[in-house]
Formats: sequence, C-alpha cells, structure tokens
Amino acid sequence: MALAPIQLALTEEESAMLAGEHGEAVAMCMRIIVGVAKANGAEKLIEIESAHADGTLYHGEAGLDFTEKLVALGGKVKVKTTTNVGSLDLLHPTLVHGDEITMAHGRRLMDAHSALGCEPTWSCAPYQAGHRPAFGSHVAWAESNAIAFVNSVLGARSDRYGDFLDLSAAVTGRVPFGGLHHDAARKAVLVLDFSEIDSRMFSEDAPWAALGVLLGNKAGTRVAAMVGLPGDLADGGVTEDRLKGMGATSASAGGVGLFHVVGITPEAPTLAAIIAPNAEHIVITAQDVREARDQLSTTTSDKLDAVSLGTPHFSVDEFRALAEAIGDGPKFAKHIDFYVSTSRDVLARSKELGYLDVFTNAGGRVLTDTCTYVTPVLKRNVTNVMTNSGKWAWYAPGNLGIDVVLGSLVECVASARAGRVVRDESLWS
Amino acid sequence: MVLIVAKILTGKTSHPGAASGEVLVLTEPVSFWGGVNHHGEIIDVHHAQHKAKMTNKILVMPSGRGSSSATAVLAELIRTGDGPLGIVMLQCDTILVIGALVSAEIYGISMPIVELAQAEYDQLTDGMNVVIAADSQSQIATVTL
Repeated sequence: MALAPIQLALTEEESAMLAGEHGEAVAMCMRIIVGVAKANGAEKLIEIESAHADGTLYHGEAGLDFTEKLVALGGKVKVKTTTNVGSLDLLHPTLVHGDEITMAHGRRLMDAHSALGCEPTWSCAPYQAGHRPAFGSHVAWAESNAIAFVNSVLGARSDRYGDFLDLSAAVTGRVPFGGLHHDAARKAVLVLDFSEIDSRMFSEDAPWAALGVLLGNKAGTRVAAMVGLPGDLADGGVTEDRLKGMGATSASAGGVGLFHVVGITPEAPTLAAIIAPNAEHIVITAQDVREARDQLSTTTSDKLDAVSLGTPHFSVDEFRALAEAIGDGPKFAKHIDFYVSTSRDVLARSKELGYLDVFTNAGGRVLTDTCTYVTPVLKRNVTNVMTNSGKWAWYAPGNLGIDVVLGSLVECVASARAGRVVRDESLWS
Repeated sequence: MVLIVAKILTGKTSHPGAASGEVLVLTEPVSFWGGVNHHGEIIDVHHAQHKAKMTNKILVMPSGRGSSSATAVLAELIRTGDGPLGIVMLQCDTILVIGALVSAEIYGISMPIVELAQAEYDQLTDGMNVVIAADSQSQIATVTL
C-alpha cells in the first residue's frame, strides 16, 4: 500500500533554520515542526502572527525538561506569545496548597516561559486579556477553549495544537499548513438546528453550557454549524461570554476546534456561506438540552460548600454582571467559599471599574494565573460546589473528587447567600 | 524441517524508530491526559479496556482522543519507561507524534509510530509478538508478525 510520501517544500530561510543557522533552539523547534508536517502530509509551512502557549501547567518533568532546554539553548519566541494558566497563583501565593515538588517545578516552568520571551498572561482566556488576533490571520494557539474561541468567535485560524508544538511554533514563527488553516477544513459538515426551541431558554448563561455538551457530543472533532440561536457579538460581551462558555464545554465533551453560529459568528453570515456538501442535519429539542444539562450536575442535593466561577477565566463584562447580581444585597453565607478565577489584566480593569470591590465586600475571593479545577485551592472538606461553567462541571468531579451543580450566575449568587443550592427550574422549560 | 515465513505489513512512518514486543489492541482510542496514569494504566472508567496496562507493549489503537496536553503525558511516560514501546494506528494522531518527537529530542528515545491501512491493521491481534521498523528517510514502516 505504501504510497510515495508527499514532499514537504521548505523555503530557503526555513531550510537554514533546520540546518542550525539560526541557533540550536530554532533548529530543535524546526525539527519538531517538520516532523509533524511530514506525519500529516503537509506540503509547506506557513508563517504565524501569534501563539498561545499551553505548556505552563506542570504535568511532569518532561514538560519542564523541554522548556528549560529551549532556554539553555538560547531560545526566544519570534512572535507575540501569551501564556496559559500555571500551577500557581503568583499574585496570591497562599491560595494554592499543592505539594512542594509540583509548586517548585510549576514555578520553574512559568519562569522558563518568561525567559523565552512569552508574555506573563497566565490565562486560558488571552482573547479577553489583550490578545485578539485579526479575522483570517494564522496563529498557533493551544488550550482547547482558546482554540475554539480564536477560530469561531474571532475568525482567526489555528489548528488544534498541544504542548510543545505551541512553543516550537512560537520560536520558529511557523506551523505546518494543515487542518483548520485550510478553507475547506472550516466548512460545516454537521448542522445543529435549534429553531424549534423557544429562544427564552437561552436568556441565561447556564443553558449555553448545556449547548456545549450537546455540541461536543454531536460533533466530536467535526466542524458544526448551529442555526436558530439568539445573540449578537456587539451586545456588550453577553453573547461573546456565552459562546466562550459553550465552546469551552464543547472542547471538553468533544474535540471541537471550530463551530459556526449562523448570523452571529464572523465566518457564518448565512448557512450557505459555511456549509459543506452533504452535511448532516440534526434537529435539537428542549428535552435534548435538558438531558445535556443533566450531564453537568452530579448530585440533586441542595448542600453547598463553595461556588466557583471563571472557567475559562472571567471577563470584565462577567465581573460587571456579577457586581450587578450582588448589588447592595446581603453578603454570602459564612460557610460558602466563593471563588472567581481570572487573568491579571481583567483583575486590574475590574478593580478600576469598581466591580471587584462589590464582589470582595460580599465575601468573594479572586484567584489569578491558575484555576480552581487544575490546582488545589478549595478547602479539603469541600464536597459540594456550584458553578455556571460547563467546563468546570465536566472536569472538576474527576480532578477534585467533588460533587457539582450547574446553575446560572444569578443562581450561583442566590445560592451563595442562602448557603444552599437554589435553582429556578422554569429557566429550562 | 519447517520453514517459518514471517509476515510483513507495510505502512507509513508517523514517527521513526524501532521496537519489538507484545501487542495490546485497544478497541477504542484513549486520551493520555486524564485517561492514562503515570504507570501506563488506562484509568478512564468509560473505556472498554479500563485498567489495561500499556507499559512495554506495542499499543495498537484506531486513532487519538482528547486533551492536547496528552503530548506532555506521553513524553513523561516515555521518559520514565512506563509508556508503550511503539504505537500502531489507523489514523495518525498529531498529538502523539509531538510527544514522540519531543522524547527523541530531549531523551534520545525514538518511539516508533506507524500508520497502517485497514486491511493490514486488522491482522494485529492482542498478545501476538511483532517487530516494528519505521524509517525516517523513506517514511516507509514495516510491522513483522
């Protein structure tokens, strides 16, 4: 069967990089980029405008060895490179209580990324912390929610990259020309039709998390178009944050790297503009959405110990909505730990706008640089947690061994005050 | 005297290297991040082969699955010696190729990854011993039964 391999054509500059003429760090990264290009049958490499590095969370010594070797070889990123969450909160070091080795190695891993010239973003939502690639531009982003967002909501182009390839792309400024960089790979092969559901169901944030489960389950890694959903990306961040949450959940429940919401996301003014020939068509019912929601709660108990928002990292608009929900009402119940995970950039802007004080005065705590589901932040006796995040609800029970209840932002605030889970079932009818 | 003729399956090199060992066939893909622990055991409770151990085996699975941080988990398994000796797939998975490329760069361990067509892939069964040779230059790989 062995077919003749597709020949990968390198430019003169790329060949020089591979030959070590731009230093050994560039040569090592180029060997990795070329290795992937050959395995995937890419015909050429393309230049990228930015990268988002996901290898900042400590998973073991291999990641640290790779990043510190790049530093030792004199490596520097060639394009703007933001960083994903790490294993520590460098601004609030006492909040994370991990084991000593993970904390020490996690710190070295973050320092090594800084030494390579990466920006100290430490956020899984760099797109709301000052890094918004232009429509149609090619980028190399890792972290599954960020990939879904940059492709779908911004219309920039990234394939689904992982640890190591993100930094290799940043150091060489190149990626293999393949996957979602191609026009043809961005067409929808699946249509999810929501037009039979009363759009009032989508007026709060929590149902969008359920849509993420549905999208991930139905699409897997395929590109889907969603029709019949309400929203407008120019509505002051409400739709953007809902698509952020939906995309993050779909990338956890499935492997979604790009979705189109017809009439809302930039590549999909009409269904005709983005549909592939012979696309599959599935009509979604309100019952389907309720069943997806039920996958995001592991208990029906109303016991509550903690609330966690901000997975992916909270935006300034979400802080505003949270401050409005809190208003001048009572503080959170004493036994409830209420966390918001966010970026340093959003923290600073929300403080300036006064939203942060409303939250902390009510008894809330902010975590930056990392997230409550990947690192030990919650107290050890916490067993029942509420969140409005589908991604948090998907991973936290396995990662932390706790029970989770999904609710809207408003329900999370009401529950934190009541000291027990309070949900409005009429939202889902 | 009986002459034993080895059967040779030919496919494509996804990552170069040589290995020999016992085959572990997975009936569905597994995500290394969250699905495989540091001892090479499948910990995904939804997986049909939950608790199977891939250490020092030739791992055969149809495709990849799940988180992009699987690159780092595979590289770590190769580093500690708890990983597979080689991987054979129907559909090459970029994430696993990256893990293998980095292990070769950092630790000098070149774990082969081979892509086979369906007819060849179907000849691999659990427990058989095979020899893999995945050539870098020609991108031709062989699996000898």
